Amino acid sequence: MKDKLNAILLEINPKGNIGYKDNFLTRGYETTAGSNVLKGYISHYSATVVDLFEKNGFVTKAKFNCDAWAHGSSGENSDFGAVKNPWNNAYTPGGSSSGSSAAVASNYTKYATGTDTGGSIRLPAAFTNSSAIKPTYGAISRYGIVAMASSTDCPSLIAQNVKDVEVLFKIVSREDKKDANTFSSKRSLRGGQFKPGSLKIGLPKEYFIEGLDREVSEAVRQARQVLTEDGYKIENVSLPHTKYGIAVYYLIMPVEVASNLARYDGVRYGQARSFFGEEAERRIILGTFTSSAGYSAKYYQKAAKVRTLIIQDFDQVFKKVDVLLTPVSPTPPFKLGEKANDPLKMYLSDVLTVNTSLAGLPSLALSCGFTKKNLPIGMQFVGPRWSEPVLFSVGKRYQELTDWHKRKPSI
Amino acid sequence: MAQAETEYLVFVLAIMNQMYTPVIGLEIHVELATRSKMFCGCPADHFGKEPNIQTCPVCLGLPGALPVPNKKAIEWTILLGLALNCRINRSSKFDRKHYFYPDLPKGYQISQYDEPIASGGSLKLKIDEERTIGIERVHLEEDTGKLLHNTVNGEKVTLVDFNRSGVALVEIVTEPDIHSATEAKEFAQELQRIIRHLGISDCDMEKGSMRLEANISIAESGKRKEESELPAYKVEVKNLNSFRFLERAINYEIERQTALLKAGRKPRQETRGFVEKLNATRTQRYKETAADYRYFPEPDIPPLEFSNEFIDNIRAKLPQLPQDIAKQLENKYGIRSSYARLVAADKELTDYVLAVIDEAKKARMKTDSLVGLIINQKIDWHKVKPEQLVTEMMKTKAAQVSDDTTLEQWVKQAVADLPKVVADYKAGKKAAIGVLIGKVAALSNGSADASVVKKILEEKLSR
Repeated sequence: MKDKLNAILLEINPKGNIGYKDNFLTRGYETTAGSNVLKGYISHYSATVVDLFEKNGFVTKAKFNCDAWAHGSSGENSDFGAVKNPWNNAYTPGGSSSGSSAAVASNYTKYATGTDTGGSIRLPAAFTNSSAIKPTYGAISRYGIVAMASSTDCPSLIAQNVKDVEVLFKIVSREDKKDANTFSSKRSLRGGQFKPGSLKIGLPKEYFIEGLDREVSEAVRQARQVLTEDGYKIENVSLPHTKYGIAVYYLIMPVEVASNLARYDGVRYGQARSFFGEEAERRIILGTFTSSAGYSAKYYQKAAKVRTLIIQDFDQVFKKVDVLLTPVSPTPPFKLGEKANDPLKMYLSDVLTVNTSLAGLPSLALSCGFTKKNLPIGMQFVGPRWSEPVLFSVGKRYQELTDWHKRKPSI
Repeated sequence: MAQAETEYLVFVLAIMNQMYTPVIGLEIHVELATRSKMFCGCPADHFGKEPNIQTCPVCLGLPGALPVPNKKAIEWTILLGLALNCRINRSSKFDRKHYFYPDLPKGYQISQYDEPIASGGSLKLKIDEERTIGIERVHLEEDTGKLLHNTVNGEKVTLVDFNRSGVALVEIVTEPDIHSATEAKEFAQELQRIIRHLGISDCDMEKGSMRLEANISIAESGKRKEESELPAYKVEVKNLNSFRFLERAINYEIERQTALLKAGRKPRQETRGFVEKLNATRTQRYKETAADYRYFPEPDIPPLEFSNEFIDNIRAKLPQLPQDIAKQLENKYGIRSSYARLVAADKELTDYVLAVIDEAKKARMKTDSLVGLIINQKIDWHKVKPEQLVTEMMKTKAAQVSDDTTLEQWVKQAVADLPKVVADYKAGKKAAIGVLIGKVAALSNGSADASVVKKILEEKLSR
């Protein structure tokens, strides 16, 4: 089925109320992960997340388009065509969960899932005036979701406001005996009352860098003002290793990608390896190179060490503040085709989201304004592991104080 | 001969004998007998099952499936590590080992690379002299599927059976401390005995639950700077489906490689397979460099951390091992060494024999001959209870007189009747004692305990 935005790959039940990014397996239905390699592949079982939603009365409506294998920041790497932003069809709705954000923003569905490996739910939420949580790594089971980079893959949730996101999160955030990373002795969500006056919000200076779009920085500044006036304490903080995030992410992620895509070897699934798109090929080659003998120590293992430093930065900062506030993307939504032929430029769209992915931290993305061209601008609240309740409380409070999230695109 | 000449000769002989020293290391895979597979809940017992009935998304490597490690398999690997005197690494992890093969559904095998569960162990062997073979590592991984080469509708095809895919597999790697086929065979057999004793695998080579690979090279002693220096090549031999093949393949390789070296040629670094029909090894794969498996830590499984308490609990479950049992049977119960080793090799038999010894002690019976009866299969020990066996023996051998006074009488008479035989014995013909024992047997109508008679005779005649 072709919809106007090209967000829907498969409609399962028009009366349903939740849609899944097409890398979630849905028993009996096709799952392509946006790639021709899996075209025609019928899921043998359902993802744990899908099972949990169905058990709790949700009805599956559709499967959503996305960048092939969730590789991308704009949705343009889908083998089934790019998704259009409902706010302006010439723009990207963000990627890789492009269909999910477009569907939620255009009110095709109120609830959708996505995945976030380096920013793939947050960028789409920010670009479409939606709200989304990339949870603590391990909070939501990855079982039954086509793997991209296993150590940062997070099943994620997107809706029209934070309140709804929290409802979804409470249903699917649980231990799953089929995903060893959901077992944790530290698995306990932060409890208690989170009154504005009791919470400290940190602004990491490395996230307000040169090159940050002026409209984005102004929107986040205004959000800060709203929160300050409400009684939140704001403090400037520093995460010194931030600048290495992109390099580390683009060394570690492709290694895991190359490994996870090895099973699509042409022996079992629909199509041959020649059906892999350019971006997947690029990551397979890059990951194979950086993990091969003689190079692994120089690249992959070194990156793993710097990753530890990035995690330590956050550990330090969360001794001082409860939550961090940063923009999601250095720019407002960009045009379809604008970065598609420049992978490096595209990779930099993730510059403000990859570090939290590498550290496995929860991050709530929501809108905080619009550009002069009436395109949404997003911000994110980041907390320590298992601090989702804190993020939701701040997010909900912000949406009580503002009404950006109530704006709808005219379609 | 002058001393210098003697020394020279010894030196030449040493060179002739030791110029070519086989350097052998073994890699042994053992399928653990856990109920479920290594990373999923499918039954692990795959032997003889209809193809592909014991599979699930995890062991088929379907999109989205994730591995969850089997705790029992980890405990058993630790247990084996302890039995092999290894250090149990307090933190360990799984890694992905990448290679392409149709029986490997994920394109990588979950194995362990630089942090195996156990390392640095040793195993003592008793052949002619005592030898200690170092154990480099014991690690845990998953088995692969199986390729079946069939003809379907007249067409030759290769089919894949994934029943075996994901079964827990332990790999034991020795140091290159083995120097002969006999040693290699004895090591493998001792390992089999230990593992069976631990009850963690049936180690059945026919079913493929124990698989042997040997790395063989020849060191030219004159050319090595140090004793520890290894040859610059090694030949890996696979397809060793029995201890006999292991022995034959190694002997074949020693001859083949030595001949090449003697001809001034260096054997090629390669993988060879043992071909039963030819009783020889043949080249399988030839590669100049080692394969690049692109190992990296398996992100789907959190690192393993073992507390001292966890390891101590496993250590407490470590049973007495065959070598210790044999020693105990010999030293404590006077069972002859050959019997003791045979008994100790079988855990069930060990338990049985210990029970028999217990009963025999109560009945003041001699244990060595009783064990002999069991070993020589004079009785079916699976059917006869220990106390029953001892009672039976007491009955049938009721007439078997072993009390010294009665025996002494008969011995005296035998000695008196056969003075010539006694003279022969005293003159050094030790075999003559047999005639005297025979005489006592005749006098007692076969009721005399021959071993006691022998002892009394020896004592009497040595005076």
